[in-house]
Amino acid sequence: MTSFAHNAAPPRYEIIPDPSSADTIRVQLSGTWRINQELPAEAEIQQDLQGRSGVQRVVLETNEVTAWDSGLLTFVRRLDASLSEGGVRFDPNGLPEGARRLLRLAAAVPERSGARRSAATETFFVRVGKETLDLVRGMSEVARFLGEVTIACGRLLQGKARFRRSDLMLTIQEVGAQALPIVSLISFLVGIILAFLGSVQLLQFGAQIYVAPLVAIGMARDMAAMMVGIILAGRTGAAFAAQLGTMQVNEEIDALSTFGFAPMEFLVLPRMLALVLMTPLLCLYAVFMGILGGAFVGMTFLDLPPLTYLQATQDGVRLTDFSGGLIKAAVYGIVVAVAGCLRGVQCGRSSAAVGQATTSAVVTSIIFIVVSMAILTVVYDVLGI
Amino acid sequence: MSSASSEAVEPTPSVAAPESTAADSHIVVCDMIMAYGSFVLIQGINFTIRRGDVFVIMGGSGCGKSTLMRQMVGLKRPARGEVRYNGISFWDVDPEGREQLMQGFGVLYQQGALWSSMTLAENIALPLGEYTNLSPAEIRELASLKLALVGLAGFEDYYPSEISGGMRKRAGLARAMALDPEVLFFDEPSAGLDPISSRLLDDLILELRDSLGATVVMVTHELPSIFAIANNSVFLDPETKSQLATGDPHEILAHPPDPKVEKFLTRGGGEREMTSTIGASKEATGE
Repeated sequence: MTSFAHNAAPPRYEIIPDPSSADTIRVQLSGTWRINQELPAEAEIQQDLQGRSGVQRVVLETNEVTAWDSGLLTFVRRLDASLSEGGVRFDPNGLPEGARRLLRLAAAVPERSGARRSAATETFFVRVGKETLDLVRGMSEVARFLGEVTIACGRLLQGKARFRRSDLMLTIQEVGAQALPIVSLISFLVGIILAFLGSVQLLQFGAQIYVAPLVAIGMARDMAAMMVGIILAGRTGAAFAAQLGTMQVNEEIDALSTFGFAPMEFLVLPRMLALVLMTPLLCLYAVFMGILGGAFVGMTFLDLPPLTYLQATQDGVRLTDFSGGLIKAAVYGIVVAVAGCLRGVQCGRSSAAVGQATTSAVVTSIIFIVVSMAILTVVYDVLGI
Repeated sequence: MSSASSEAVEPTPSVAAPESTAADSHIVVCDMIMAYGSFVLIQGINFTIRRGDVFVIMGGSGCGKSTLMRQMVGLKRPARGEVRYNGISFWDVDPEGREQLMQGFGVLYQQGALWSSMTLAENIALPLGEYTNLSPAEIRELASLKLALVGLAGFEDYYPSEISGGMRKRAGLARAMALDPEVLFFDEPSAGLDPISSRLLDDLILELRDSLGATVVMVTHELPSIFAIANNSVFLDPETKSQLATGDPHEILAHPPDPKVEKFLTRGGGEREMTSTIGASKEATGE
């Protein structure tokens, strides 16, 4: 580190018996004792000392130490600790004035009893138990949040919920209109992928015209809603969690509460409303972009005339395919909004907690999008939709 | 004003300052316990705040000052005990009553806690729009007035991130005053301010107390502030888990009930001179 470190004398110690008293040993340090040098281990000295019987007192002498820093201090502290363990008295008065003062300062406030965290690793069962308790606590928090959201929705229906209309409009713009470019790109590409997947098989039978209903039904029933759900989880759910989490850190949510604004109504409701309104619209848009992608493949690679492709699409898709997909999209919208807001509101009061809240919001959204997709697919099947 | 509180200077009075009559007692905290889960932070908190008091919650770092304030403004339910405003128990009253009480509070948070997605004027206008029947133009005018009162005229359309920390704090004060509150709560108002700004903030707080007729409750450990503006206080001690003193800080300093309190009020001893001269200059300015 320092410019003269390379030509500095290495740290050394020498053990000299005290001529005046038999039970005293002098440890003479010399050279430079700096933290970036290889300092002698105190175990070495300990061993040297153990070789001599009847040592009661160790005196440190540092007249020949040319430079020192915290390296010397940690060495002395370790030596002190191991000597006093063996019942040997340690006399640090030979240390440089500054070092003695620093050691006194470090010892000035005694360690608070019970403050030290035990470094011992928990056993497997303790950890499993703790994690399980955390999980249960987390679930009851989720249940309470859902309950509060339901109550807030009830107040909304009664017209009693309080939030800023401008917040709702702004969120709608951020969630809906501003997501159009990425939704366009992704769903157009998904349409192309579906068309290629189908055409490989269908071409073998010369049935490439069925690529059209395949793409349309696939997009309308599931793919559009799922892609929109996942895009919004990453785009909007994360944004909600980060926003609300930061508001929690800055005490902005407390400030709302003390003015009598319920955070559930003021912050969560507009976000949920915006998503529930926007996801079906985005989904519908994504279906058309997907069909466009399919048509692009049909016209360029399968040599299908545009009108024929359109006609085949129209013949293949029922209105229930669309409505089923739109309902799914609305459900995914609720999932993303609840996950984002829940993790944001639960956020701790540090920047690390905001990061965790964001991650957790996206993960939770995606998991529950897939879970609700599975449930809805089974329900549709039973209902024959 | 200092005579009435002298009898309250006792280590742990069992009843909250019994001598003060119901007429002038504005806020009464009664046998309150602060706890996190099963861990008790402080118990047996009892004190009375009279109308127009500048009341200071003091104590070392981490003794639960802010938690006590959170329990008083209704952000955290106390483990036991109650807070009464004008004789109405905050936690026992029905939700509408509680909302009404909360409308009488103005809270300045440590970092200002301005809503960052809104401009300063919108921050002040939000509660006004909710709780008054004023037109948008009138609300805007009121917001400008509140900002002018804290020396931020012309900053209506700035976002909180665009102004300095001290300005944010003053804007937070303007928002706390939005509804002309009966009680103003301050969480470490002078933390992070330079000595001059912090002195100006103290003066501003006194000025507003006098002109609004509000009661001020302040969490702080700034001794100059305490001796310059407070006339009532409580001292919390996490080691004994109790309140060690309550009453006028000058009286407490004159007759400290516990060496720990004396140590705190004299910066660990030896600064009695300085603090008492600040106290004297306060008398001289006609407090």
